[in-house]
Amino acid sequence: MKMRRIYVNEKWCLGCHLCEYNCAFSNSAETDMVKALKDVHINPRIRIEEEGNIHFAVSCRHCEEPLCVKGCIMGALSIEDGVIMIDQDKCVGCCTCILMCPYGAIMPSDTGVMQKCELCVKNAGGTPACVESCPNRAIVFEER
Amino acid sequence: MAINFLYPDHEVVRNPQRCIACRVCERQCANEVHSYDEELNLMKADDTKCVNCHRCVSLCPTMALKIVKTDHTFKENANWTGETIKELYRQAGTGGVLLSSMGNPKPYPVYWDRLLINASQVTNPSIDPLREPMETRAYLGKKPERIERDQNGEIVNNLTPQLELNVPIMFSAMSYGSISYNAHESLARAARELGTLYNTGEGGLHEDFYEYSANTIVQVASGRFGVYKDYLNAGAAVEIKMGQGAKPGIGGHLPGQKIVGDVSRTRMIPEGSDAISPAPHHDIYSIEDLRQLVYSLKEATDYKKPVIVKIAAVHNVAAIASGVARSGADIIAIDGFRGGTGAAPTRIRDNVGIPIELALASVDQRLRDEGIRNNVSIVVGGSIRSSADVVKAIALGADAVYIATGALLALGCHLCRSCQTGKCNWGIATQEPELVKRLNPDVGSERLVNLVHAWEHEIKEIMGGMGINSIEALKGNRLMLRGIGLNEKELEILGVKYAGE
Repeated sequence: MKMRRIYVNEKWCLGCHLCEYNCAFSNSAETDMVKALKDVHINPRIRIEEEGNIHFAVSCRHCEEPLCVKGCIMGALSIEDGVIMIDQDKCVGCCTCILMCPYGAIMPSDTGVMQKCELCVKNAGGTPACVESCPNRAIVFEER
Repeated sequence: MAINFLYPDHEVVRNPQRCIACRVCERQCANEVHSYDEELNLMKADDTKCVNCHRCVSLCPTMALKIVKTDHTFKENANWTGETIKELYRQAGTGGVLLSSMGNPKPYPVYWDRLLINASQVTNPSIDPLREPMETRAYLGKKPERIERDQNGEIVNNLTPQLELNVPIMFSAMSYGSISYNAHESLARAARELGTLYNTGEGGLHEDFYEYSANTIVQVASGRFGVYKDYLNAGAAVEIKMGQGAKPGIGGHLPGQKIVGDVSRTRMIPEGSDAISPAPHHDIYSIEDLRQLVYSLKEATDYKKPVIVKIAAVHNVAAIASGVARSGADIIAIDGFRGGTGAAPTRIRDNVGIPIELALASVDQRLRDEGIRNNVSIVVGGSIRSSADVVKAIALGADAVYIATGALLALGCHLCRSCQTGKCNWGIATQEPELVKRLNPDVGSERLVNLVHAWEHEIKEIMGGMGINSIEALKGNRLMLRGIGLNEKELEILGVKYAGE
């Protein structure tokens, strides 16, 4: 499906981790970043993979044929307008999706059920927080 | 251990209530100011390493950081200021020449700020640039003295090569080596989009940037780095650099550790060797010698490209410019003493040269008096800070201006004046790949284009207010300027009347 997705240009990723903090903040239901993240061990839906001088952010690619959705035993994962969404009330935390996802883009939330990037459609709306906060335009939200 | 005489200039102030210990500051500081204490879950800062470049401040997501000037003080007085004492201690410790970067920071008069611009009232209507055409185009080069006709009476095109600029603002010379690949790409892309030119500086032209050749001025300086036939022909114009405002009479020295990979290939010198630009061109000791180089370059470029001669604004600048105007050069670029640099001896930067405003006024007047003003166009640089400075420069007689410090600020430079360390946190004055990548040319070129567009709008507004609808009509129109807080001599050199006159 033609839609805008989050892409990461490794060439411009500085490994500053601001995307992770802004992801955690935007999914926190708080309006103040300090209140949301002070003394909190963050559990963001986008993660920086890095070693030495190589860094890049990884988040859900919203695959056209998502293995996580196929594998979900509870039907908690679904595709809505191309965006892969998770119904956390249905998820039982069996972790099948984690095993299925080839990118490591789905992970347990703090409550034990799974969490994943939903392109910020449920919270901020518009541009995803990681894209908005990237200081070097390494993370872009575009149709390819 | 030797006694440490120096207290840090700046202190990093962290608001512990706001800091979320995300460690962005730590990851982004190439000077290793910030560190994280895992046991205490606390960020710490080492003020001695801070250069006050604001990278951490700008990236802190909770605005928990600020940098303040230390209030620690020497028992200073008007003669022995804290700065003077500190520099003396530094030299007593190292025995070395003090180095600084960017332009002259001393409180000499800024004449731009003592010139006021006119506006129309009642008798000559002002022009609204949003409704009426307003011309900001500028042509640089020698203008023909007379109309020539052939035996059939047809007009002969005797116009020598010209540079056409959509706005009278160009990016001045900064070499690849002194600034990064991404900074160069940002400048080149912005120049193309704006319909103006950027300048390679003396470091040669990276092979990737030959595609921007229509918007490139290639420079030939005393070190002649990277100069060969294709390079000369790659530019829209060739600039001979005789001097630089920040360090008149002084050559350049790019340390060997910056001559790596592409920089070495572009400069055509071995990796790790120091790139030393001699103070003079060793083949130029007179105007006649300069003329030889001007014509050698014209010969090499088939007389298709204007030749610019760039000089620093020094005491006899008017006489020097008169000689340059007779040397065959098409354009004279004059660089004032507030012009920037990647590194210069502090004493030279702070004490040598003269303000560009006075240099420009006296050069323009001298060339008019001698009837050779049309032999050359005049481009001025050396701290043009705003569109108002551009308008004042043109009214004083410039055909266009050069900006570089302003352009770097647009790219993120915070004037921390530590270029010489090579650890620019903004990815500008560095060759370290991890730092260079911090300047994404998509972002950089966009910010440069924004800046020049903003200035262009303002220039049109200011010109419209004066009832002037083209740069051409403003050029040398000193009646549009009045001085304030200036003495008789200054007014005489600037060729302007006092406010109220």
